[in-house]
Amino acid sequence: MKEPALSDEEVARSAAPTATGGSPARGLHEPPERDMTDGGPDMVQFLAADGTRVPLTDVNSPYAAYLDELDEEAMRGMLRDLILVRRVDSEGFALQRQGELGLWPSLLGQEAAQVGPGRAMRPQDYAFPGYREHGVAWCKGVPPENLLGMFRGVNHGGWDSNENNFHLYTIVIGNQMLHAVGYAMGVQRDGDVATGDPERDTAVMAFTGDGGTSQGDYNEALVFAAVANAPVVFYVQNNHWAISEPNDRQFRVPPYRRADGFGFPGVRVDGNDVLASYAVSRAALERARGGEGPTLIEAFTYRMGAHTTSDDPTKYRISAEVDIWKKKDPIDRMRTYLLAEGIVDQAWLDGVEAEADELARRIRQACQTMPNPPHEEMFEHVYADAHPLVAREAAEFAAYQAGFED
Amino acid sequence: MTTTSTSTAQRTTIAKALNSGMRAAMERDPKVVLMGEDIGKLGGVFRITEGLQKDFGEDRVIDAPLAEAGILGTAVGMALRGYRPVVEIQFDGFVYPAFDQIVSQVAKMHYRSLGKLKLPMVIRIPYGGGIGAVEHHSESNESYFAHTAGLRVVTVSTTDDAYWMMQQAIASDDPVVLFEPKRRYHERGVLDLGGANPDLADAPHALDEAVVRAEGSDVTVLTYGPMVKVALAAAQAAELEDGPSIEVVDLRSLSPLDAEVIEASVTKTGRCITLSEAQTFTSVHAELAAHVQQHCFYSLEAPVLRVGGYNIPYPPSRHEEVFLPDLDRVLHAVDTVLGY
Repeated sequence: MKEPALSDEEVARSAAPTATGGSPARGLHEPPERDMTDGGPDMVQFLAADGTRVPLTDVNSPYAAYLDELDEEAMRGMLRDLILVRRVDSEGFALQRQGELGLWPSLLGQEAAQVGPGRAMRPQDYAFPGYREHGVAWCKGVPPENLLGMFRGVNHGGWDSNENNFHLYTIVIGNQMLHAVGYAMGVQRDGDVATGDPERDTAVMAFTGDGGTSQGDYNEALVFAAVANAPVVFYVQNNHWAISEPNDRQFRVPPYRRADGFGFPGVRVDGNDVLASYAVSRAALERARGGEGPTLIEAFTYRMGAHTTSDDPTKYRISAEVDIWKKKDPIDRMRTYLLAEGIVDQAWLDGVEAEADELARRIRQACQTMPNPPHEEMFEHVYADAHPLVAREAAEFAAYQAGFED
Repeated sequence: MTTTSTSTAQRTTIAKALNSGMRAAMERDPKVVLMGEDIGKLGGVFRITEGLQKDFGEDRVIDAPLAEAGILGTAVGMALRGYRPVVEIQFDGFVYPAFDQIVSQVAKMHYRSLGKLKLPMVIRIPYGGGIGAVEHHSESNESYFAHTAGLRVVTVSTTDDAYWMMQQAIASDDPVVLFEPKRRYHERGVLDLGGANPDLADAPHALDEAVVRAEGSDVTVLTYGPMVKVALAAAQAAELEDGPSIEVVDLRSLSPLDAEVIEASVTKTGRCITLSEAQTFTSVHAELAAHVQQHCFYSLEAPVLRVGGYNIPYPPSRHEEVFLPDLDRVLHAVDTVLGY
C-alpha cells in the first residue's frame, strides 16, 4: 500500500503539542512507539528469560497459587511438552521442505504460549484453534499426524473434534472466535457452568493472533461473550507479526487493555514463560467454569520463524529483533530453571530427546505413507443427506474416469 | 395459535404458518433455538417469531446483539454443541456481514470434517421487493447461496409450505437457507396440519421437491417464492382469454433443483420461461436455462426466456412496479416463446 504524502499543514499539525500532554502528536502515518520486545510492567511473569524465578509482585501474585499446585512431575511434563511440540513443528517444517507437505505454519517460539493454556484446560474444556495451534493440539491429545492431512492436501482437516475437544483448524482469520462463543452459549444452556463439579463445569478457549484482533468476527465475539457472560477465554498470541505487518498496523491499544472496553478482564502474560501462561490460563478457565464470564489473555510472544513456509520474513523485519527474542527462548528458560532446581537432569533430558527423535520418525512415516485419497471421495460429505446434483456429478465423473481404463 | 389444535385445516397467513412451524419444531426438539435481532419481545420486525420467547424463554429465543456475522458465527458454535439454531436475518440486504460465516464455515464444516461434524441450522431470510422499502430491504439474493455447495436453499409460496418446510428445514442435518417472501407474509391460505398431532411424515411434499401449481400444455413457467402468485395470475388470465395454456412449476427448492419435475414439465410443453424477482445475470434463472437446454434440448420449441429483475442494483422503490416482473411481462414472454 502506498502511503499518501502529508501536506505541509498536516506535518505542522502533527508536530504540534497535544491537548493532553506536552509531547508532540505523532504524524498521521507514523506508528506509535511500541516496544516489540518488552511486555511492560503489566505483564505476568514467573520465569525470567534467564530461567530464574521472578519475585512475587502485585502483578503475578494473584496467579501464584496455581503454580504451588504443580508438583515436580507436572513441571517435567511441561518441559517435555515444550520439547516435543518443537520437534513436531520442526518435523512439519522439514516435511514441507522435502515436498511432503504443501505448507507448514510454524509455531517456533510460541511453544510456551500454547503449552501453558493447553495444560491448563481440562478434558471437557473445548479449544477453538486458528491454524498454528500445534502445541494446544498436542496438549489436548490430538495425534500430530492428524494435523498433517490438510497441509498435505489429502483433506481439509478431517479429524473428529469431539474426540479431544479440539476443533478443526480454522484458516479464515477470526471465524473461530465466534464459534467458541456460540459453543460456550451451548455449554451455558446445558447447565455445565458453575455447578461446582470439576468434572462437569466446562470452559471454552478461543485462539487467535495479533492480526486476528483486527477482524470483525473477533470484536463481535467479544461483544457476544460479554453480553451472554459466556464461559469462554479469548487467548491472543501476540507474536508481533501478522505475516509482514507488525503490531502497529493492527492496534494502538494492546489487546489485553481492550478487554476492559468490552466489559471483562484482560491480562497480558509472558507467552514465552510456560509457568505464567499456564497459571494465567488456569485462572481464566476457572473463572469461566465458575460462571463469572469471559477473560481475554494476551500472550506476549514472538513468531521466530516465517508466517508459513511460503513466507520470507527477511523482506520485512530486522534480524536484531529476532536476536533479542532468541534470548527469551521459552524452552531454554524452563530447562535452565528445572536443571537449577534439580527437577530434571541431563539423563532425563537425553531421554526426552530420544522420545522426540522417535516422535519425529513416527510423524515422518505417517506423512510419507499417507495415501492420496481416491478422487471419487471428493464428492463425499458435501451434504449430510442425499443431494441429487452431487450424486449426478459423482456418477458422471466415475463414468468419465472409467473411459480411461484399459 | 398453536399446532396442537384439533382442527386439521385452518385459514391462516404465511407469516403465522412460519411461526407455527417453528413452534412445532421447538415443541418437538428442545435443542431447537432461535437467534436473531428483535425476535424476542418484539417477535421480529415482521412478527414471525411472535409469542415464541414468551412461551419458550429467553434461552431458546435469543435476542442477539446487532451483528449478523456474530449471530451466524455463534449459531455455528451452538450447532457444534448439539443445538439446532434457527437464525433470523432481518432483511435480505443485511445478510452480507454474515456471508463469510455462511460460505466459509456453515457450508463447508461437514465437508471439512469428512462428515464428522454436522451443522443443522436454518438461516431465515425475508426477501424480495414490492413493499416500498428503502435500499437493502428488497433484494432477491438467493443465487449467492444457491451457488455455494454445502447449503440447501429453499423458499415458500404457500401457507402449507411455510408450515411444513420450516419444520423440514429445521429437521434437516444440513444447513438450510430459507427465503421467506416478505411481501406475501400476509397472504392467506388454508393450512392443513395433517392431524391433531402433526408429524413431519405428514408433510405433503419433501423439502427438495418442486410442485406443479397449475397444469398447462403450451408453456412452462419455472418460478418460486413471491412470483408464484404472479405466474398463477398469468396462467389464469391466459385461460380466461382462451390464450395459451401455462403450466406453473413452483420450484420450492433452489438447491438442489428438482430436475425430474422441471424436465417433465418442459418436455411436455416444449417452452420454458423462468420467473423470479432476482436479477437474471448468473442467477438461478441462468442455471434453470442452462439445465433446460441441456436436458430438454430435443423438446424445446423456443429458447428459454428469463423474466426477472433488470441487471441493475435494486432501484428506488418508486421504480419497483416496473422493475419487478408483473403479469404483463410474464404474458409478453409467453407470447414471445410462442412466436418461435
